[in-house]
Amino acid sequence: MHIDIDDISKEFGTTAALTPVSLSIPSGALVALLGPSGSGKTTLLRILGGLEFPTSGRVLFNGQDATGLTVQQRRAGFVFQSYALFRHMTVFDNIAYGLRARPRKERPPKAEIARRVNKLLELIQLPQIGDRYPSQLSGGQRQRVALARALAIEPRMMLLDEPFGALDAKVRKELRQGLRDIHDETGLTTIFVTHDQEEAMELADLVVVMSMGRIEQIGRPQDIREKPATEFVRDFITT
Amino acid sequence: MSDATIPQQGARANNPARFRRANDESPLARAILILLAVGGLGILVFAPLAAVFTEALKQGWAAAVASLGSRDAQSAIRLTLTITAIAVPLNAAFGIAAAWFITKFDFRGKAFLITLIDLPFSVSPVVAGLCIVLLFGANSALGGWLVASGYPIVFAIPGIVLATVFVTFPFVARELIPVMIEQGRAEEEAALTLGASGWRTFLTVTLPNIRWALLYGTLLCTARAMGEFGAVAVVSGKIRGQTATMPITIEMLYNEYLSVAAFSMAALLTGFALITLTLKTALELRHADQLAATRRH
Repeated sequence: MHIDIDDISKEFGTTAALTPVSLSIPSGALVALLGPSGSGKTTLLRILGGLEFPTSGRVLFNGQDATGLTVQQRRAGFVFQSYALFRHMTVFDNIAYGLRARPRKERPPKAEIARRVNKLLELIQLPQIGDRYPSQLSGGQRQRVALARALAIEPRMMLLDEPFGALDAKVRKELRQGLRDIHDETGLTTIFVTHDQEEAMELADLVVVMSMGRIEQIGRPQDIREKPATEFVRDFITT
Repeated sequence: MSDATIPQQGARANNPARFRRANDESPLARAILILLAVGGLGILVFAPLAAVFTEALKQGWAAAVASLGSRDAQSAIRLTLTITAIAVPLNAAFGIAAAWFITKFDFRGKAFLITLIDLPFSVSPVVAGLCIVLLFGANSALGGWLVASGYPIVFAIPGIVLATVFVTFPFVARELIPVMIEQGRAEEEAALTLGASGWRTFLTVTLPNIRWALLYGTLLCTARAMGEFGAVAVVSGKIRGQTATMPITIEMLYNEYLSVAAFSMAALLTGFALITLTLKTALELRHADQLAATRRH
């Protein structure tokens, strides 16, 4: 899905989290929102997912105004920073949650839900863990379950908030490839937030560098590396 | 302190391989602490409990049971159970609503609202009772109208329910607020992004996550609701057989030197409280695995 962000701004009380920003994301792209903490990248992601509403500006999905759509109507697969798995449910129930929450006439039958959940467990290469609880999983396994849970709703896009933030370096490298593979397989427009420039450069097709609620530069990783547009970008990618 | 270190040094000389762990107390300090804890518990908890039951059974089981079988006693027991059955679900609902509001939304005056929830803990129950009399008594405009319409609040069951609800209001909310703050909003947000409605999110995510705190708060609330005296004493009018709850009946019987009857009723009230506690422990033991799973991972 093609996403347009049209002059979006967001204020929390008197502090501006986003000064008007505009951004066009082509369908099927893997995009990184890169910036230090407080740069507004998570706010922008939450606005796309419908968890926050902009103070002004519009969001367009495939050219149609989606600004007023509720979080449920957006059908965005959201992966939270600490995964937010339902701790009282098994992995199977976590992944099935979105399908079971559908209105009765759109809800797949039980056997179909089980089939889809098992397929997703295979996609994330953890076919045996359906009966476990989130507390019995490692950090990397939780992240992959969160990914499967978000994919289960057949999302129109994937939004990931620091998807590798809570993991150690080795697991992080493995899962980066995992995310790339899943993106390539599903072809979903995917946007992830990160403060790690190496991660952004290595994984994304398109990197959006943000600072203080503004977009500093939009470009392919090598363009940003070779031709940083501002002093901030130069500093940020060399450190 | 020097007394405590001398035997320790002796022990070390005999067995140099044994060292004291950093958080170990000396044997003397340990003995004193245990003595204080056991002694305090014995004097403050076990002795009164034993005394209630001994006094009740002073003239044997038959006398105790007979006193509980009297019409007034039966009416008091029924009244207390009815009031509890009304007040506890109300407070569970209010408590969940208040905790939800406070922990899931940001708004001005939040700190003030939290203080307000604690108010019933700091205000004397007698004062609370008096406020209800002032507001709904026959001498007030509202109360006069209610009495004239045939719905008296004061000296009737609605007043007792109001007083009980007021006094036991904080129990559920106070248990839930810290748990819900600690759990944050992420799981609810996740449920919403997966397409669940607000109500479904509450039923399938919020409620299961707070169920143990809710149960604990409800049980405390139940125990306190059954035992409430001060506020109810003011609003009930203590009409025997009509508005006298168990605690009030106990006081009246005791003042009339009917000690077997008074203590039998007290023993029964204690029994109710012990049942709630046993229930809680049993549930905790039975669902230990879920309990572990729902704690922080």
